[in-house]
Amino acid sequence: MITALWIMVALAALLGLILGYASIRFRVEGNPLAEKIDAVLPQTQCGQCGYPGCKPYAEAIAKGEADINLCPPGGEEGIHKLAELLGVEFKPFGENAQPKPKAVAFIDEETCIGCTLCIQACPVDAIVGAAKQMHTIIASECTGCELCVPPCPVDCISMLPLEEKLTNWKWRYPVTPLKLSK
Amino acid sequence: MALSGDSFKAIEMRTLHHFHGGIHPPTHKSQSTGTGIATLPLPEKLVVPLHQHVGNCAVPEVRVGEHVLKGQRIGRPEGRQSSAVHAPTSGTVAAIDMQTVAHASGMPDLCVTLIPDGKDEWIAHAGVDYRNTSHTDLRHMLRDAGVVGLGGAVFPSDIKSYSRHHKITTLVINGAECEPYITCDDMLMRERPRDILRGAEVLRELLYADEVLIGIEDNKPEAIAAMRKALEQDGHQHMEVIAVPTLYPGGGAKQLILVLTGVEVAAGVRSTEKGVQCFNVATAWSVWRAIAHGEPLLSRIVTVTGNVEHAQNFEVLLGTPVQELVAYAGNKPDTGRYIMGGPMMGVDLPNSSVGVTKATNCIIAASPALFPPPQPALPCIRCTRCTDVCPAELQPQDLYWFAKSNNFGKAQEFSLFDCIECGACAYVCPSHIPLVHYYRYAKSEILVRDHDKRAADLARERHEFRQFRIEREKQEKAERLAQKERAAAEAKAKAVTELPTQVDPAADADDTQQLRIDAALARAKEQAAAASPRNTELLTPEQRSEVEAIEARRAKIHKIASDAGADDEPPKRN
Ligand code: SF4
Ligand code: SF4
Ligand code: SF4
Ligand code: SF4
Repeated sequence: MITALWIMVALAALLGLILGYASIRFRVEGNPLAEKIDAVLPQTQCGQCGYPGCKPYAEAIAKGEADINLCPPGGEEGIHKLAELLGVEFKPFGENAQPKPKAVAFIDEETCIGCTLCIQACPVDAIVGAAKQMHTIIASECTGCELCVPPCPVDCISMLPLEEKLTNWKWRYPVTPLKLSK
Repeated sequence: MALSGDSFKAIEMRTLHHFHGGIHPPTHKSQSTGTGIATLPLPEKLVVPLHQHVGNCAVPEVRVGEHVLKGQRIGRPEGRQSSAVHAPTSGTVAAIDMQTVAHASGMPDLCVTLIPDGKDEWIAHAGVDYRNTSHTDLRHMLRDAGVVGLGGAVFPSDIKSYSRHHKITTLVINGAECEPYITCDDMLMRERPRDILRGAEVLRELLYADEVLIGIEDNKPEAIAAMRKALEQDGHQHMEVIAVPTLYPGGGAKQLILVLTGVEVAAGVRSTEKGVQCFNVATAWSVWRAIAHGEPLLSRIVTVTGNVEHAQNFEVLLGTPVQELVAYAGNKPDTGRYIMGGPMMGVDLPNSSVGVTKATNCIIAASPALFPPPQPALPCIRCTRCTDVCPAELQPQDLYWFAKSNNFGKAQEFSLFDCIECGACAYVCPSHIPLVHYYRYAKSEILVRDHDKRAADLARERHEFRQFRIEREKQEKAERLAQKERAAAEAKAKAVTELPTQVDPAADADDTQQLRIDAALARAKEQAAAASPRNTELLTPEQRSEVEAIEARRAKIHKIASDAGADDEPPKRN
């Protein structure tokens, strides 16, 4: 038990170091506009924009190669933010890029055969499991990108819409009858 | 404003300060102060939520079907900021599941349903002498007794009674109770003043505070008199009961602190940084019961008023369904909805079967006659009446405009989070705009966005790390490949003939095969790129002799290893 704990602590420290190193080593210098754009993108990393991730899309926008209405996970609000940032007009979503309600992936652990294909697909390492072992999704880290769904050979991954709970409940926009002035 | 002789003296003795704005709504308090605090008969069932405090939900530690005693812990505090939950009476656990709770959302939360056995049988419990007990133990007792702020904020008291970085000079005990209709603190001060003051002493001890100031609005002369009498009787030192002018929202923590001490707690600053901490009177009472008697928080005083036959205060077990409570007070048939809290800051309950929680200070049965439906809102005419009354010195009409247009950044810039949701602005607004609803909407949207932003940052970090990892793995793979190629080349150049005899095929079958495959691969590569030179040919004589020395050493070690029958890997070559 204690050994296991120490191993976990050592592992955490090691990963922290690697992460720190990565953040220094992979610091992208130069294009501050792309970074600003990347900062308002939702980081779902789903590729629905036609780029292999949020950062490439941000870079394409910065270069003026991509439109601002291609990221469905960002919602209309995301387009507004981009429009404001870039000082351009708001542009509604096109036909085939409509936002969906937020969801997280769920693996049916009975069916999972442990093939590791989903792990390789997940852009944020939100799936844990080893070869031939059942896999599980860390819901708090899943961005809902759906990239793990098609590779699964036994179709055991489903996307569950994020339900409203007490912890994420929001006050609704006030609806009050508006009286027209006489 | 009529001041009684006593409170006038207090004002003379101490210069009181003023907060900005404020209003004088009709108080409607006398309805529920006619009779003393009554006890409700044991209800048929209790629905006790496990999350009745700020912080993490308590973790259930009973099973369905288990018999529990009064005061037995049924929810264990989880994490640093949390509090315990207890069985309010003895009985059987009928369910542990999601049930609708007393919250504006109408959403379900984890609750323990308890069927009382009617015996009201206590678990063994005992108090301590707080003067001989370490502060850590005292705070632990508070946490384990489920003591949280009963003024409505339900913040765990064990955390609030600890100030590491700031010297606390003044402990403010809040008995102002400024909101209309609510009288639970008033009645508690009238009937149980001594234990309130003793609880205040415990809190003073925990915070090392120099003085204790108890602020009570001057429309409660009986409570002021009772508290002063108890103070004299028990000879509390450096403690003072002060009558403050009745002005809504004078019971807001920042407002009361300002009135009593003149200390202005600026935006985003905690009062402890200014040397002041504030507790509600009912909290002080519960602190004393928990420390001196070992009694966890099982019940609270609730004002039941509005559209009922006899408005009154009740000592109510937590989890008591609201409908039983209002029925006992003589609910009238035309009651349409129930407000938890007062008419200014309270929220509508989703239904009347939810259980009373630690935050339930008042239940108002609302009929259309008492609380007519809101009038249609008109456009803001920028009359600035809202600005005049705002106790937080905000610009309510601007905040409204930003919230309405979803301009949350601007709303935050204009200190939206300093708004205490007192409703003074909406009360005076001639256009009947539900201003507080807009502020609550904007606040919860901002909180969710902050959460999303943090999640996105985490996702970016994880994505970048993953790319780094993939990149690193690629490099490592390439290196390994290069190494193998080199090894194979050497194997071919040097040991093609001797290898099979050198290696014991039984002991190292895999490896031999691997080397053969490598050699074959290298051959194939060589044929494909016949022109490419092998690096062994370009070596200087020194290097060559070094390689040979290493090879000889390797062969020797390998021989020893295979002689010993070890099935370890052959020594690596570089
Ligand atoms: S569409 Fe997906 S990958 Fe592209 S920017 Fe939006 S979240 Fe990122
Ligand atoms: S678990 Fe699936 S849906 Fe979630 S982030 Fe990973 S690949 Fe995307
Ligand atoms: S009181 Fe109402 S109408 Fe007047 S400025 Fe404020 S929000 Fe506008
Ligand atoms: S509800 Fe907020 S904005 Fe309105 S008066 Fe109270 S503190 Fe000021």
